Amino acid sequence: MRFSFLALLRQAFHPDVPWTRQWRDPEPKSAYDAVIVGGGGHGLATAFYLASQHGLTNIAVLEKGWIGGGNTGRNTTIIRSNYLFPESAALYDHSLKLFEGLSQALNYNVMFSPRGVLMLAHNHHDIISLKRHVYANRLSGIDNQYISAKAAKAFCPPLNISPRIRYPVLGAALQRRGGVARHDAVAWGFARAADALGVDIIQNCEVTGLMRDAGGAVRGIETTRGAISTPKVGVVAAGHSSVVLERFGLRMPLESFPLQALVSEPVKPIVPCVVMSNTIHAYISQSDKGELVIGAGTDQYVSYSQQGGQHVTAQTLEAICELFPQFGRMRMLRNWGGIVDVTPDRSPIIGKTPIEGLFVNCGWGTGGFKATPGSGHVFAHTMATGAPHPINAPFGLERFASGRLIDEAAAAAVAH
Amino acid sequence: MLLIDCPYCGARPEIEFRCGGEAHITRPAPEAARDDESFAQFLYFRRNTKGMLAENWWHVHGCQRWFHALRDTQTDAFAATYKIGATPPDLPGSAS
Amino acid sequence: MKPTSQSHRLDQMGRIDRNRPLTFTFNGKPIQGYAGDTVASALLAHGIHLVGRSFKYHRPRGIISHGSEEPNALLRVDRGAGREEPNNRATVIEARDGLQVFSQNHWPSLTLDALEINDLLSPIFSAGFYYKTFMWPAKFWKKLYEPLIRRASGLGEAPGTADLDRYQHRFAHCEVLVVGAGPSGLAAALAASQNPQTRVFLVDESTEMGGSLLHDAEAEIDGQGALDWLEASLATLASRKNLTLLTRTTAFGYYNHNMIGLAERVSDHLAMPQHLPRERLWQLRAGRVILACGAHERPLVFPGNDRPGILLAESIRAYLNRYGVLAGQRLVIATCGGAPYQLALEARRAGASVTLCDRRRPDECGPELGLAEAAGCEILTATAIVGTRGHDRVRAVQIAPIHGAPPSLPRWLECDAVGMHGGFTPNVQLYSQSRGKLRFATEIDAFVPGDAVQANQSAGACRGIYDLDACLLDGWQAGGGTHRTFVASPRPGGFLPGGPWEDATGGEKAFVDFQNDVTSKDIGFAVDEGFRAIEHVKRYTTTGMATDQGKTSNMNALGLVARKLRQPVARTGTTTFRLPYTPVSFGAFAGPHHEAMFDPVRRTPMHGEAEAAGAVFEDVGTWKRALFFRREGETMAQAVAREARNVRENVGVFDASTLGKIEINGPDAGAFLNRIYFNDVLKLAVGRARYGLMLREDGHIFDDGIIARLDTNHYHITTTTGGAGRAQAHLENYLQTEWPELQAYATPVTEQWAVISVQGPRAREVLAPLMTGMDISRAAMPHMSVRTGACCGVPCRLFRVSFTGELGFEVNVPADYGPMIWRAILDSGRGIAPYGTQAMHVMRAEKGYIIVGQETDGTASPADVGLGAMTPRSKPDYVGQRGLLRAEMTRPGRKQLVGLLSLDPAQVLDEGAQIVRHSRADVPMASLGHVTSAYASPNCRCAIALAMVENGAARHGETVYVTRPNGWSKVHICPPVFVDAQGSRVHG
Repeated sequence: MRFSFLALLRQAFHPDVPWTRQWRDPEPKSAYDAVIVGGGGHGLATAFYLASQHGLTNIAVLEKGWIGGGNTGRNTTIIRSNYLFPESAALYDHSLKLFEGLSQALNYNVMFSPRGVLMLAHNHHDIISLKRHVYANRLSGIDNQYISAKAAKAFCPPLNISPRIRYPVLGAALQRRGGVARHDAVAWGFARAADALGVDIIQNCEVTGLMRDAGGAVRGIETTRGAISTPKVGVVAAGHSSVVLERFGLRMPLESFPLQALVSEPVKPIVPCVVMSNTIHAYISQSDKGELVIGAGTDQYVSYSQQGGQHVTAQTLEAICELFPQFGRMRMLRNWGGIVDVTPDRSPIIGKTPIEGLFVNCGWGTGGFKATPGSGHVFAHTMATGAPHPINAPFGLERFASGRLIDEAAAAAVAH
Repeated sequence: MLLIDCPYCGARPEIEFRCGGEAHITRPAPEAARDDESFAQFLYFRRNTKGMLAENWWHVHGCQRWFHALRDTQTDAFAATYKIGATPPDLPGSAS
Repeated sequence: MKPTSQSHRLDQMGRIDRNRPLTFTFNGKPIQGYAGDTVASALLAHGIHLVGRSFKYHRPRGIISHGSEEPNALLRVDRGAGREEPNNRATVIEARDGLQVFSQNHWPSLTLDALEINDLLSPIFSAGFYYKTFMWPAKFWKKLYEPLIRRASGLGEAPGTADLDRYQHRFAHCEVLVVGAGPSGLAAALAASQNPQTRVFLVDESTEMGGSLLHDAEAEIDGQGALDWLEASLATLASRKNLTLLTRTTAFGYYNHNMIGLAERVSDHLAMPQHLPRERLWQLRAGRVILACGAHERPLVFPGNDRPGILLAESIRAYLNRYGVLAGQRLVIATCGGAPYQLALEARRAGASVTLCDRRRPDECGPELGLAEAAGCEILTATAIVGTRGHDRVRAVQIAPIHGAPPSLPRWLECDAVGMHGGFTPNVQLYSQSRGKLRFATEIDAFVPGDAVQANQSAGACRGIYDLDACLLDGWQAGGGTHRTFVASPRPGGFLPGGPWEDATGGEKAFVDFQNDVTSKDIGFAVDEGFRAIEHVKRYTTTGMATDQGKTSNMNALGLVARKLRQPVARTGTTTFRLPYTPVSFGAFAGPHHEAMFDPVRRTPMHGEAEAAGAVFEDVGTWKRALFFRREGETMAQAVAREARNVRENVGVFDASTLGKIEINGPDAGAFLNRIYFNDVLKLAVGRARYGLMLREDGHIFDDGIIARLDTNHYHITTTTGGAGRAQAHLENYLQTEWPELQAYATPVTEQWAVISVQGPRAREVLAPLMTGMDISRAAMPHMSVRTGACCGVPCRLFRVSFTGELGFEVNVPADYGPMIWRAILDSGRGIAPYGTQAMHVMRAEKGYIIVGQETDGTASPADVGLGAMTPRSKPDYVGQRGLLRAEMTRPGRKQLVGLLSLDPAQVLDEGAQIVRHSRADVPMASLGHVTSAYASPNCRCAIALAMVENGAARHGETVYVTRPNGWSKVHICPPVFVDAQGSRVHG
């Protein structure tokens, strides 16, 4: 059933005719042309593009729990493409462009809201770093501008630019095309659209092993719901990628850390854009429901517990209260943790593995949501053709041996 | 916030410590530094164990000593802490 | 005297103090109450039920509970600018004189809300409707649809001005923490605190301890009235020194390793808070936690169950017994169990007429039936409510027989209040946060704690024990008590599990989540649409995501999903219980850490001297550093130019105290440093110094500074200002974990030394008269050497080093002597002027000296910045050696350090600007590199810049283009040295 206002009206007048299911609940078949491990946004997007762009419809997405239940449903939904290196900027802008038409492409309102992303500078080093990004983005044709603290306040009126605070706002970079989207809807929209093309989305199905042929190539996959033959497996398991790949005998350049986020009680519109401060660790926007959505930093140790320390959230709220002192009386409503898989250069790994027929898409760290459609798109290309798309070619596993990293973190680095 | 049993000072709150990541990674000797692939294994590839993981911790706001810990990354519960150079205590499930 | 307006206040009952009347305002109207009232109880005393509007449909809503689970009655509290706060629960705001509260989420007024139209349109606004529409035309989303949605959503208004109040942090340890001071918690605390060595905390979110005992006025414990027992118990507890009692304190989060977050509300309830903080956030580490969190009553799901005047039955009891307020004169009680029969009896005695609609058949009921009948209640068994009437307040309920019988012959009952009871939901939130797994108890239709994972134990109602004597005993035993039993009045029991029931189809909405307007139909639709995991249903319908975190709605939603899927509730599972238990203010988390207290401010010993000399400071890490010294009438550019010229022509003084300083001692100190540094350290002679680079294992530059050898086994090294902590960690890590066999010790001494850098052709002349015990002549103390002696009689380490390219010294004296020596140097001749970090930057850039973190960014190798030759090829193992051999590190064409000269000498480039070959190329343009530093150079009389450029060393002389805010600058690439290329001046 196609979603539209008319469909809603029809439903309103015929409440006893239920909506059709957004996706089926199929039993796994014994064989597929390709299997995707991980039913988060990236995995579902991969399936959708495999089916829609490459005609591979006899495929399955296997999800250990419920779709969109990992980092897709736990992040702060920030979308932007103002990355420093041309490789990263190309990848994230590819994604941003897909986001711009995603609701229509999926017939599912993912509420992509390009309300602008402000990144704040608090010291000389920040200013240089933001300008370097702005100018690099100009070369790549990506919108991003450096603006004064006053202009930042005009764009985001509740922002405190008082020189009295410990690290006053000195300026900001503004990407107007950046914004937020409704995270669950992205997962569900991809799931529904993929399902409509024939993709089997199989929940409560954990992958336990890999079957390989005499030559070592992928022959199939073992799961808690039986063995499945397939020549191609794509692992898109976020924080658990290394756990899955360990079962396949591969060690990865990944570490999984807790990352916390929180929301406030809902209030009427007050924060009109996304505000990020890497220096004092504050990331805030307001959802369409009215909740202030706030991201914290990662805890310092590897953990799969989906729970972090109180001091980490407290630090973030200190920063929020510095930048928005009127929010001292706002209240934290929900606080949760995700498991983020972090690579040494903070850039993702998208490509082939030493095992023929086995592909990985992981290492998105703290910022994977924004890449969901783009990641799925280029990974689908990689799985379908057996070779990376030009956009993800630099993001292969080989880079760790050669040392040709795409080190966004180091480049944004550390004060002198 | 974790409660960490420094082998020198006793139980102290996590904010006194810095986590140094996976323990018992052997730094290759120059003559053993072979190809880029194997050097990358040392530099970047980690167990990232879901379960019992041996780690390095530094009591930076305390005795300044580095030590090892065995911690279950599913629950964040510490099974043991032990000094550098000591053998990890035998624990069920720590074989990873 | 009873004010006439408090029409529902009784003369006798309650724990309010009738001798202390008070007045507050609700939407500007004065409301009278008494000390001990909540806003909710005082409003109900006036017969005011309508207090708010729901989130989506803007339906009129009233108070439904008496505690922190309240989903409906959310008010804005206004204590003046800087003290306004949205979304407060009327049921927990304590009434006080002068308090001003306002209803929210309506326009133009509470009673007449235009958006109530949404209620009529609700068939369109079913769960998830926004995912299905607002997509055409695409650009309308940003301009029209989303702004409309955003304006309609949200509850109250965010505060408009900075919060004026203070918040405190407290840290504590205890052997036993008891959460909840109801009967179980009190008994637990009594038992646990018997041993005076055991530190016990007892915390409760309410204004007074007692929990359900506070409204269980007629109960008896051990032959005493419950309230007398409570008073005696509290007196015992108060007398125990090892016990800390905290009221108005919510245990909101159960963190790792038995750390519990407590939010204590200190002064909101006071008319004059005076010096007190507003809230206090406790981080409590407990040896053991006894969770005695009680249970919340579950609403019934029936059409129109959200009208004002429909409350939880137990809450009507609480208002009656605790506040002396009778919520209605014609009370209907809808139930599926015996618990609210106690309310029926008490309401009868208070003068109300009572009709009980009990789902149970007479044979499923107990003696409560006879008692209620005898008290004059009308009892309708096997009956349920299938509809309600009334706009601002419930006027009537429609009842119908159930149990197979078709809902025929429905009958309307007039009423002015309804109490509902759908069973109890144990408060397992904290237990779940502690990672404990839940178990479903079919007989009470609820999840209860299974085995504890952390050191905790649940007691009483939060683990499904509801009888008073059993709760007391359970708590006592949890607290370690033995040899005791409790005798207490029985509570009416009996319960029909299996709810929620949907007895009527069509017609009015039956609400599951009141605040978010989620109906039973929405839950059904979501399951129809394929949302089967309970988390999916929650996210799709938003049930349980309101500010009450699903306290009243979760179990009903779960029951509906399980029924729809024809599977047991236990298999459906629960959603994750996320902290906090109730919302906690951001201010409490932030505590005192704002403005100056946000991060420690580090000032150098000479900070005061610099301030007096007109310094303008900049933040460098946590340090404050003098950026430049402003003189009357000068711009920053003029000041910087003056300072930099003065150094090259005369002599300048610079505060370099922020540089990291580490002493390395021990027989293996040299060997250790030789492995840490890129350079050869072994050849460094005693008394000599050397510029050193530290790399990471991957070969990238990590830090830089001076290595000085004071003695055979004694080195003094410096690091960058921001890198001091990192470098110390790096050294300790290698010393302790990698090379424990080396006998060397690294001691951070950054703050032990004040460092005064004296730079310029006259530097020696200025310093010589001040120094004793060392010969600083050109011959005796060459460039890159170190001596110890005294300066003005103060012990001193003198380094002959230069970051300006001039003859220079760095005077290190014990920190406390810094200001004295600073003054002595400045006073020792004419024309000696301090210079700041900006002039320092200009001069080091004139010399092409890099700053780690500015020229390098974590991806640069020594060769990239022209320092590749610093190390002998033969040097054995050092950190970064193998990393430098990797393919990428040896690739030709990497970015290299160069100088840039603008064609327009007045045009200072933008730091961070990108460099391209041709400015007219198509986007995307290939970047050649970027500008790392750019200054107006007073000594070159032109703009200079440093940059990292691909294959830069081979490009000297090329013309390239650099981005400007609106266009391009044309520049020449040149070697990165602009002054004294031969380097003779430092040897002066």
